[in-house]
Amino acid sequence: MITFFIRHFDRTAIGFVTTLLLIAVVVPLLNLVVPESSAFHIPTYLVSLWGKYLAYALLALALDLVWGYCGILSLGHGAFFALGGYAMGMYLMRQIGARGVYADPVLPDFMVFLNWKELPITWYFFDHIGYTLLMIVLVPSVVAFVFGWFAFRSRVTGVYLSIITQSLTYALLLAFFRNDMGFGGNNGLTDFKDIIGFPVQAASTRATLFALTSLFLALGFLLARAMVVSRFGQILASIRDAESRTRFLGYRVEHYKVLVFVVSAAMAGIAGALYVPQVGIINPSEFSPSNSIEAVIWVAVGGRGTLVGAAIGAVLVNFAKTWLTGSFPELWLYGLGALFILVTLFLPKGIVGSLAVVVQRMKGGSAA
Amino acid sequence: MLRRLFVIFGLVVLLAGGAVRDSYADDATLTLKRLATDNYADIELGIAAVAASGLPSAEAVLNALADSRLSYRSADKALFFKDASGSWIDAATNTMPAEQPSGLKPVKVNNRVRRALEAALGSMTLMAADPQKRIAAAEAVFKSRDVNTLAALESVIAKEQDPVVKRHFEEARAAVLLLKVDAPESDRVAAAERLGERGDQDSLALLGAVSEANASANTVVAAKLAAKGISRRLALLSTVQNAWYGLSLGSVLLLAAIGLAITFGVMGIINMAHGEMVMLGAYTTFVVQEIIRTKAPGLFDWSLPIAIPLAFCVSALVGLLIERTIIRYLYGRPLETLLATWGVSLMLQQAVRSAFGANNREVGAPSYMSGVWDLNGFQITYGRLWIILFGLAVFVALLGVMKGTSLGLKMRAVIQNRRMAAAMGIRTPLVDALTFALGSGVAGIAGVALSQIDNVSPNLGQSYIIDSFLVVVFGGVGNLWGTLLGALSLGLANKFLEPIAGAVLGKIILLAVIILFIQRRPRGLFALKGRAVEQ
Repeated sequence: MITFFIRHFDRTAIGFVTTLLLIAVVVPLLNLVVPESSAFHIPTYLVSLWGKYLAYALLALALDLVWGYCGILSLGHGAFFALGGYAMGMYLMRQIGARGVYADPVLPDFMVFLNWKELPITWYFFDHIGYTLLMIVLVPSVVAFVFGWFAFRSRVTGVYLSIITQSLTYALLLAFFRNDMGFGGNNGLTDFKDIIGFPVQAASTRATLFALTSLFLALGFLLARAMVVSRFGQILASIRDAESRTRFLGYRVEHYKVLVFVVSAAMAGIAGALYVPQVGIINPSEFSPSNSIEAVIWVAVGGRGTLVGAAIGAVLVNFAKTWLTGSFPELWLYGLGALFILVTLFLPKGIVGSLAVVVQRMKGGSAA
Repeated sequence: MLRRLFVIFGLVVLLAGGAVRDSYADDATLTLKRLATDNYADIELGIAAVAASGLPSAEAVLNALADSRLSYRSADKALFFKDASGSWIDAATNTMPAEQPSGLKPVKVNNRVRRALEAALGSMTLMAADPQKRIAAAEAVFKSRDVNTLAALESVIAKEQDPVVKRHFEEARAAVLLLKVDAPESDRVAAAERLGERGDQDSLALLGAVSEANASANTVVAAKLAAKGISRRLALLSTVQNAWYGLSLGSVLLLAAIGLAITFGVMGIINMAHGEMVMLGAYTTFVVQEIIRTKAPGLFDWSLPIAIPLAFCVSALVGLLIERTIIRYLYGRPLETLLATWGVSLMLQQAVRSAFGANNREVGAPSYMSGVWDLNGFQITYGRLWIILFGLAVFVALLGVMKGTSLGLKMRAVIQNRRMAAAMGIRTPLVDALTFALGSGVAGIAGVALSQIDNVSPNLGQSYIIDSFLVVVFGGVGNLWGTLLGALSLGLANKFLEPIAGAVLGKIILLAVIILFIQRRPRGLFALKGRAVEQ
């Protein structure tokens, strides 16, 4: 196993994982141990902000796995992200207990408000963290499996697939807006108090969540990397480049597609679950198709089919978004729109992909 | 001799007539004097007398009493009321007296008097000169089912000449009689039948109230029969109404999607900025209307016909610009085109937001777009009617372009097999550019229509884009008939699901069904057959 990783890891990958492990340790230290007066101190809000970026990076990684390596352009990956987020949100809601506005020991506030008498079945067991962790992975995976099973078996490909993934997240958006779905309707889930007994707002909890997000991003990267460098990954690439030919060679294309889609959805779900406690809210707008499309541009900016690039793209674009929406709010959509156009026109390989080409040229090798 | 006789006879008649008129006037003053008192019970009786008197000033007097504008002179009990200008009018003659009266005492009103007044005024309007007012009065009686109005109803039914008004009177009488326990059975059965003919929700509720407890067996049977008839009719009506709404939604979807269908069919690309082309068309309408409002208000009814070609040009030009600067570099990479056009859509939205503000803009409806056409309970709003007709006209026009012009021929050739078409000498880049411009222009036209039924805001396009995609994908690529069928069936399905499942759930069900459908038939209803289709 270890030899497998060492054999297949280039310097970029090793550097990426090392960086992630490093910041998982250093950033919390700078936040918690270094005194506030020091120039090296990182304020808690920045820790949460960057934790959010890293959660997005994990989503981008998941998307790159299906789009970059298997050619499945999902415009609905935000749905899996949001499903994972809702699972975590439900756990956090149950942890509030009697501390809500209506002080009901079992029912979350919005249910009391809607005059519900008992907990819906969907909310059972969400007070146990183990069950919640299972659901975070299971719910997106099952949705992805059912959806992928139908879609890939009937050979829905290309733009058609993109459109129906978009419809999937749109349908979920509409569904979660409904109050009688029992997921908080329009307002979503918020006002969290505790996570596994630790107060969500506390700096130490936030630093831990940041470290966890960073670790999970590293783990997700290792898993994705392992998948794409293996034989399995080679078949994925051949499906991406010539699906019919791969099928004629005897491979069950749909099985590979469903598997990679499910793994990717599970990763997106985990990203959502890490995202929710750090931003403190989950609401149906996370399902909106534009969010999913925005995630696609993170991957495109960083470099499709590079994994590292997807993560970097997510962080870069979101950093730019925070900065632009803060200083020049009306410019953000122009900027994002231009990014979509310029990257597709002039930087089809993305930042990391293009850099790799440059590095290859400088070494005198052929640009693969 | 004979002549003299005639003269005498004529004189007698004249005299008699005069006498009659005099006694009538006396009667009137007497009747009015009954109101000139402080005793509420007397006033109440007086009101009924005045209402039944048929005096020309009766309504004015009763209205004055209701507004506390009525007074009487203590000396001779003559009634006067204040008119709008504040001067006193003699109630007996309904004219302004030579000199303004003095020593007046107001006629007082309490709650019982007020109730009596309302009933009296209600039955008075049954005799109003304006048939619309008479109908309104009949409907008021239908709702109140006041037994006291029965006598008034009987008398007006006997006199009424207008068949429509008469029908309303009879329906009102039926409503009163149906639940009147002491009415003769034959009357109540007839009333049930009459209400069955009326056949609306109110009648159904009335008929439902008839039971063994308050009616004879025959009446109950008649009521049940009539109610059954009404239910059947109402069910049919709601089906027709739903079909109409569905048709209307379908034509909106058709308008929004048909341009997309062309570009998707010919170029195999998804234009995510298509919704923004629709939005540009809507904003063009807004600008045209603003200019007309300030420069030539008389032309307002022409604003839509003027906006249609302008919207086509604006959207087509923007489309051409997008095609020439972005899309032509991305042919053969449909997924990248999708992303790039999404970028375009974001920029267009923001541009419109910067230029016109983020709020909804008011686009007015010309006179012929407003109003309702009531077909026996089935309501057709002119706005929807025009949009359906417009949608069909655009469809037919595009069909004409596709089948009848040289560009259409080339477009169809490219849809079927791009490389073979190029080999035959068709300049495919030119066809692409023109197709994109045409598709965008049609979207602009759709925007003109949508500005009439939706909020004109920078997000207008966003709300249609997903539905438009589904229509195109459902209908099949490169086939206008498929788009028509897709749009209409989606519209109908939506509107028929709505009453069963609710608006949001209906939409979700529809999305789920389409997702499943695409998996059964990945190329839509009307899939192109042939080798070229498989990439």
